[in-house]
Amino acid sequence: MTGQAHTGRPSKLLRNLSSKIASIPMMLTAVVIFLGGTVWTVIYSFTNSKLLPRAKFVGFDQYERLWSAPRWIVSIENLAIYGIFTLIFSLVVGFLLAALMDQKIRFENTFRTIFLYPFALSFIVTGLVWQWILNPEFGVQSVVRSLGWTSFTFDPLYNSDIVIYGVLIAGLWQGTGLVMCLLLAGLRGIDEDIWKAARVDGIPMWKTYLFIVIPMMRPVFITTLVIIASGIVKVYDLVVAQTSGGPGISSEVPAKYVYDYMFQAQNLGQGFAASTMMLLTVAIIIIPWAYLEFGGRKRG
Amino acid sequence: MKIRSMAAILAATVVLPFAAANATDLEVTHWWTSGGEAAAVAELAKAFDATGNKWVDGAIAGSGGTARPIMVSRITGGDPMAATQFNHGRQAEELVEAGLMRDLTDVATKENWKEIIKPASLLDSCTIDGKIYCAPVNIHSWQWLWLSNAAFEKAGVAVPKNWDEFVAASPALEKAGIVPLAVGGQPWQAAGAFDVLMVAIAGKDNFYKVFKDKDEEVAAGADIAKVFKAADDARRMSKGTNVQDWNQATNMVITGKAGGQIMGDWAQGEFALAGQVAGKDYTCLPGLGVNEIISTGGDAFYFPLLKDEEKSKAQEVLASTLLAPATQVAFNLKKGSLPVRGDVDLAAANDCMKKGLDILAKGNVIEGTDQLLSADSQKQKEDLFSEFFANASMTPEDAQKRFVDIIASAE
Repeated sequence: MTGQAHTGRPSKLLRNLSSKIASIPMMLTAVVIFLGGTVWTVIYSFTNSKLLPRAKFVGFDQYERLWSAPRWIVSIENLAIYGIFTLIFSLVVGFLLAALMDQKIRFENTFRTIFLYPFALSFIVTGLVWQWILNPEFGVQSVVRSLGWTSFTFDPLYNSDIVIYGVLIAGLWQGTGLVMCLLLAGLRGIDEDIWKAARVDGIPMWKTYLFIVIPMMRPVFITTLVIIASGIVKVYDLVVAQTSGGPGISSEVPAKYVYDYMFQAQNLGQGFAASTMMLLTVAIIIIPWAYLEFGGRKRG
Repeated sequence: MKIRSMAAILAATVVLPFAAANATDLEVTHWWTSGGEAAAVAELAKAFDATGNKWVDGAIAGSGGTARPIMVSRITGGDPMAATQFNHGRQAEELVEAGLMRDLTDVATKENWKEIIKPASLLDSCTIDGKIYCAPVNIHSWQWLWLSNAAFEKAGVAVPKNWDEFVAASPALEKAGIVPLAVGGQPWQAAGAFDVLMVAIAGKDNFYKVFKDKDEEVAAGADIAKVFKAADDARRMSKGTNVQDWNQATNMVITGKAGGQIMGDWAQGEFALAGQVAGKDYTCLPGLGVNEIISTGGDAFYFPLLKDEEKSKAQEVLASTLLAPATQVAFNLKKGSLPVRGDVDLAAANDCMKKGLDILAKGNVIEGTDQLLSADSQKQKEDLFSEFFANASMTPEDAQKRFVDIIASAE
């Protein structure tokens, strides 16, 4: 290696050779484990693998069964409801909290800690805590009833129609603090002079936020969006801890379908088909966005 | 060169712990973790330790649904335990077909398992292509209705003697603020209750036609429609249960908050633990008091194929220990289940267990659904019935249509 460096100009490939060598393990991991594993899963989703993978291809059978399974349809609907509301509420509430924090209030550190604290808990703990809070015999309902409103009913986890909102409350409680912190960091990155200029021009504060500050925070918002979105797609442990999919199948989510069919039902093919559908959904959202985001930058 | 020596070192680190450990330590995995279950496992461990070997307990908490994936991935991942529990039936079928499980035919012929294991269907479930791959240890039956005598007294009606009387008594129970039928939220409980209703209402022949022959026409027929009608009653009666685990539901019966529960004979351990007496505090109706037939599912031990010869020998010792008469009695009394051999004396059994033994002796037995259906079909059934029991707007007719689809696609 050193001999080469003395004899002539190092080729482009050999520049920063040591750092390239250092990154080989990670590249291999990415290619073999992530990409390889993904491709393998997609291929085997066209087989009738049961407990062990078998290369016996059955075409789209697994997918036909998947889309005719009521439980899968319920899972997709739940993910859509959970996803849309989580996105909206965690961004809106998170930004409002961040903006309030940014008003040079007293004890900011204390508040920040309090709001971020739920994020330090795992989804399992969050789920169990909210299972108790929303339990009609021990939680909110019994507290309100003991105050005198005896007809008060609030049992989202035991009502099929609204159970997913019970899960949503817990998810928001856990995740909003992080969104607030990320956006607060973004707000702090805005130059003081911009605020001063806006004030000189007589622009009201809400307009400054909406039309100047938020557009400037675009990169922070994108990071936040990616973090929230990945959290939505993989939601699993929260549901397991809080409702285990119940009552009946009304709070099932796709990730749980994948696990249950791969391991409990010993039907790998069906689980692979479901996880491929999850991948496809993510790809449909990510690819156009990545194209706009990164493709556009090269041109500009 | 270097890579080869590295590989040797790596291999050595893997092999060493096995070589260094005393060759007759056997790790046994199972999911028996509740109070009564743990006491029963201790009996097995005691018996095996007495042979000069050592039982290394590998209990996995959470029910079979949690434990089985862990066991399977250890076996397929090349880190097999020495022995593991499964429900006998089709759960380990593919592991056997893949050649990962040990053939026990030698031990079985030497100890004459074919003669001593009753009913014979237990050993049949362990047999694949004429070879025996597991040692059954107990019989658990699903077909029991447990009733709280105190609840019926409070409601002012007589304790029912069969399912129809129970349904008729349910309005009185509801009026007294008692949930007539406790059904926990875990999916397998709803699916299991349906199977029980199937045997009791449609009878043994229809049960076999649907689950063994996978006959779609019978599944869509009028007899099974009656079963769905009964499941509809059960759904109405179970409204307000609001608990998840089966033992919490059993606890509702014990405390008189619920009138009854359809649950397997493992519920008996909970009544015993609460100090209740069969016949006085609670009543048990095998076959829901309609059709006194019990299923013979249960637990069995499978032995993964090991390279270590010493351990393989110890596996044989363990297999014969599990079926020894003394072990069978000690284990099953603690577990509340029935022994797999007909020639042991269970004088200490309580009334409900004796009823079960009687039915067993008469030969009124059927195979369990775990033995007849694949795990995949069982899971689909669980999805269907957990939805049915939670969703009052789903009609019995719709549920039956979906049930027919599951049976049609079952292998």
